[in-house]
Amino acid sequence: MAMDAGEIERLIKAALPDADVTIRDLAGDGDHYAASVVSASFKGKSRVQQHQIVYQALQGQMGGKLHALALQTGTPEG
Amino acid sequence: MSIQDFIRNEVTSNDVVLFMKGSPQFPQCGFSGQVVQILDHIGVPYKGLNVLESLELRDGIKQYSNWPTIPQLYVKGEFVGGCDIVREMFQAGELQSMFKDKGLATTTVA
Repeated sequence: MAMDAGEIERLIKAALPDADVTIRDLAGDGDHYAASVVSASFKGKSRVQQHQIVYQALQGQMGGKLHALALQTGTPEG
Repeated sequence: MSIQDFIRNEVTSNDVVLFMKGSPQFPQCGFSGQVVQILDHIGVPYKGLNVLESLELRDGIKQYSNWPTIPQLYVKGEFVGGCDIVREMFQAGELQSMFKDKGLATTTVA
């Protein structure tokens, strides 16, 4: 049960075309990643809502194929 | 009582509820353990519910909050977040001030 970083990035960008996505592999086992996602569409949304948008982008893989994704989300400055 | 009713009852009849893997004394997942450490450091009383004891609870809580992972922290019936968000709020001092604003006693000064 694993996902590769490219697949995660592709799924997030498919849902958030403007997103700036950086993925770090935490454990090298395809199961534990950290991701930072910056997108203008997060504007005005709470942290929980922002993370939920990313989880929806991952189409149910979160908590299944993907055990851990340490998420940091934000809106582009300026 | 359906699992959703059970969850609703737990989060509305307890000020602070942490759905976690394991118990506050024996967390069985790093992420759950991190939230336990933060809550213990702040010193706010909370109820730990071990989702490993019931598959129905483990899946039910994810539907209840539309959040795919465990742990999940609830304060005054409201879903606050998982490990990342709780840690981020703690580091920003937002968690402590949230407890204070909601009239929940903590041992550390916000």
